[in-house]
Amino acid sequence: MNITLKVWRQRNPNDTGRLVTYEAKNVSTHMSFLEMLDVVNNDLVKKGEDPIAFDHDCREGICGSCGLMINGRAHGPGRGIATCQLHMRGFKDGEVIVVEPWRANAFPIIKDLVVDRTAFERIMQAGGYTSAKTGGVPDGNAVLVPKPVAEDAMDAASCIGCGACVAACPNSSAMLFVAAKVSQLALLPQGKAERTQRVLAMVDQMDKEGFGNCSNNYACEAECPKEIKVTHIARMNREYLRANLVEK
Amino acid sequence: MSKLITFYKSSIGKKILMSLTGLFLCTFLMEHFVGNLLLFKEDGGRAYEAYTEFLLGNPVIRFVEIFLLVGFVLHIFLGVVVWWKNRTSRSHNYVEFRLKDNTPLASRITIWTGSFVFIFLVIHLNSFFVPSRITDTKVPLYDLVAQAFQSPLYDGFYILALILLGYHLKHGFQSGFQTLGLLNKKYSTLVELFGMIFWLIIPLGFACMPLYFLLIHKLGPSAMTIGVN
Ligand code: SF4
Ligand code: FES
Repeated sequence: MNITLKVWRQRNPNDTGRLVTYEAKNVSTHMSFLEMLDVVNNDLVKKGEDPIAFDHDCREGICGSCGLMINGRAHGPGRGIATCQLHMRGFKDGEVIVVEPWRANAFPIIKDLVVDRTAFERIMQAGGYTSAKTGGVPDGNAVLVPKPVAEDAMDAASCIGCGACVAACPNSSAMLFVAAKVSQLALLPQGKAERTQRVLAMVDQMDKEGFGNCSNNYACEAECPKEIKVTHIARMNREYLRANLVEK
Repeated sequence: MSKLITFYKSSIGKKILMSLTGLFLCTFLMEHFVGNLLLFKEDGGRAYEAYTEFLLGNPVIRFVEIFLLVGFVLHIFLGVVVWWKNRTSRSHNYVEFRLKDNTPLASRITIWTGSFVFIFLVIHLNSFFVPSRITDTKVPLYDLVAQAFQSPLYDGFYILALILLGYHLKHGFQSGFQTLGLLNKKYSTLVELFGMIFWLIIPLGFACMPLYFLLIHKLGPSAMTIGVN
């Protein structure tokens, strides 16, 4: 199949950037989207041009490095997949595909399609951990966690920190990401001890990073590759309210 | 105090205040609606007049009115602050952004539906609250209402505002519960059903009022004289 790509090219953070058109010829439908970009980049290198910069690592939907806005959808069309899990068979021959980086003031563009997501890391550093040393693997029955709670925590823990929730949100809000982290730790006994300080610190950092406010559009849930539910946002709101009431 | 300020300054704190004020305004809407059902009573407005007199003479109601005013001001103020913050958190827009694929219409237009309802509110207060409470024209409120609703243009505007109010609450009501952390698997259906009272039944009922006065009700002699001398 043949594809026309319109890719956002931006030399550096201060460059204004623009969409550049590339023709991708003889693309196999079995290719992943990133493999297709690799082929386009090979051609660019052969021609002596600067290849398109994009983030990727595991290429199997577990690391959270990849993330492109494809035809106006975070991680492209389809539900529950990261960009690296998107395949060319989902597109039509001759289709024009617009590829852009995540856009949010809290995620400044570094180059082309690569954005700086260290804001997420600073939020994690603010409280996304338990400070107690837990030692080695505990006996399975030592700390009892009811199955539904464990399931809920596990769902939250599946967040890979890709930032699609921010990219898809009309307000560039990071609530789904932060909620997943707050939720995961607040649900489990090891994390409960520090739940008050944690939610206050993480929300404070989130606001400082310049993310927008949640307006419950739920675009984040629709685009999250791990299908994290907005019920976690409700839990974080609850946690935040509680923390404000009980904080000494 | 400093804790309260931090709470207010935070994104979630502002949203929680917005939901509390919004849901409080919903209780007012309910009261206003139930009371105004008396307009449908074919008794020349006697029951309705008795009801408005009761409201006027009741110190508790007058006290609650202050909260109502504060509620409106806070809700509108926070709405604008949050909207502005959200608008400015993505300075460079996407060339292609298919938000429509992922979100319901009502959730994307709350600021606009809200703004229209605000304009409506000003006109609404000017038609009924100002003459009955401030300039004190001595005309029975019932007659003022009956008179005002004789104009199809005014009625059309009124009904449009109610449709937009419905849209505002379709998103706002459940959104308020989500922000307060009260939406989960157990309650979401309940909140949705309960929300229908506010975004569907109440606006529908309110919309029947101008239609009733325009199409069914015959003006009494006292209402005919408004604005004559
Ligand atoms: S919540 Fe979903 S979309 Fe957001 S960072 Fe985590 S995995 Fe990505
Ligand atoms: S490259 Fe690791 S999730 Fe896509």
